[in-house]
Amino acid sequence: MPDRPALQLDGVTKRFGGLAVSDNISFEVPSGARTALIGPNGAGKTTLFNLVSGVYKVDGGRILLDGEAIHQLPPRRRVRAGLSRSFQNIRLMPHLSVIENIMLGQLTLASGPRSLLAPLAWQRRSQWRLQAETSMRSAGIDVDPDASVNGLPYGVRKKIEVVRALMSRPRLLMLDEPAAGLNPRETAELSAFLKSVAWDGLTMLVVEHDMSFVHDLCEHTVVLNFGRLIYDGPTRSVQDDAEVRAAYLGNRRVASNGGERAA
Amino acid sequence: MSGYLAGTTAILCINLIFAYGIFVTAASGQINLGGAGFQAIGGYATGWLTSEAQWPMGLSIVAAVAITALVGFLISFPVLRTRGVYMVLATFAFGEVVAGFLLHTDTFGGAMGMVVPFHIGLGILVLSALVVTLLTFYLMATRLGLTMRAINDDEDASVVMGVNVRAVQVAAFTIGGAFTGLSGALYALNFGFIEAQYFNSLLSIYVLLFVLIGGVQTAWGPLAGSLFFTLLPELFRVGGSWRYLIFGVVIVVMMMLRPEGIVTRSMIRRLSPRRLFARPALGSADAR
Repeated sequence: MPDRPALQLDGVTKRFGGLAVSDNISFEVPSGARTALIGPNGAGKTTLFNLVSGVYKVDGGRILLDGEAIHQLPPRRRVRAGLSRSFQNIRLMPHLSVIENIMLGQLTLASGPRSLLAPLAWQRRSQWRLQAETSMRSAGIDVDPDASVNGLPYGVRKKIEVVRALMSRPRLLMLDEPAAGLNPRETAELSAFLKSVAWDGLTMLVVEHDMSFVHDLCEHTVVLNFGRLIYDGPTRSVQDDAEVRAAYLGNRRVASNGGERAA
Repeated sequence: MSGYLAGTTAILCINLIFAYGIFVTAASGQINLGGAGFQAIGGYATGWLTSEAQWPMGLSIVAAVAITALVGFLISFPVLRTRGVYMVLATFAFGEVVAGFLLHTDTFGGAMGMVVPFHIGLGILVLSALVVTLLTFYLMATRLGLTMRAINDDEDASVVMGVNVRAVQVAAFTIGGAFTGLSGALYALNFGFIEAQYFNSLLSIYVLLFVLIGGVQTAWGPLAGSLFFTLLPELFRVGGSWRYLIFGVVIVVMMMLRPEGIVTRSMIRRLSPRRLFARPALGSADAR
């Protein structure tokens, strides 16, 4: 496994008006591992995702994917460079079928003129469709591939979005609250599925509030609060960190709790 | 075939090709209200090349299509800087500029119009409409068609999926320009006479309505919309001068009942033979 981190943030800053929603953030996402990005509401997690995926432009700092600076590239070039993401609110294409949504994720692997102009929808046995169906089944999505995504249960749509993000065979997969709104059984399934797709060099960065999911999936955790980095270390010791506890519970209470514990 | 029926079929074929030109842009989320302008360019290019430059008919049609495709390509860059209602206005303005230019240019006959020295019959019109229809169905089945539909659904998410949104939209305008130009060329050759007044904003509105009422989700939409708009006014002829009122009410009712168009994807899915006849073969998906 290469030593070079999959993703490096170096002093990344973003301001909306006068407010720094990302304030000089620097951390590294180790290659081939799964890293969690957590923090209270409004800490700037989704903003950071938008900065890395190119939805927003950085006001300062650098973002490196596999050592290459990507913060100046348009979003689609970042996808080609090996980056893929899901959205906090499901962003499936409502008028596309399940399989079409998933096949949209194959776009960067198949964008030559020949592949763009092949009548994909008529080729029921094309390698693209078979590959998409296989990925769909292996994620436990057990619905008619030609069904509309509208009207499918929330958990299924959430899984479709994760599979779609995986179809470009990214080097870095960024998931924005993949377990939100899932029931405990679906959450466990999702966690097992994400562990199973760890192909060589696949790195994951996961925003999540469900801490048992984070503990189960991610060895490494980064914590943001008010746009600042407050923790960067192993997941198992994140809840022992005083500043992290303060961020989640409020300063005073942690101080008194800490005092009691020390006593 | 009676002259009346032949005339209705001819205009149906021309409008269908026109509608597919507008559909290709609409299917990727762009509203083109300047269709008549593209059609006028196709018609006048054919008229001028056949009468003044004395080119053969076939070559003139090819040239007219190439010119409108180029115009579609070039006009897409300023137009794609605008969004939503501003894009509607920008394309509308384009159509008006073209009509105004032709009306005041003596080379193209000005208000007198132009006589076209060739004539094509109904057979070629029907064949052309068929070819354009099949081409559009093919286009929508490709990966390019898939990205067009994705952009129409959620442009921002498409960007993050790696779709080159601008390139797809420029391609859509170019292909749309070509189809619309072809409809103009065929109009000029079928009617034998063109005048700038024909290519007015009402025509643009009508054909856009064909597409929007028919539905932009599948290539069936323009077909349904064109049939609906061409045949319904004929059926309402019994209503005398009231027929336009009845027609207007029907349009409003259609918009209320089927806001996404007459033909939608879910409708196609429900009616697909695969679904109607091969249900058990789907396996575990339908086993429950």
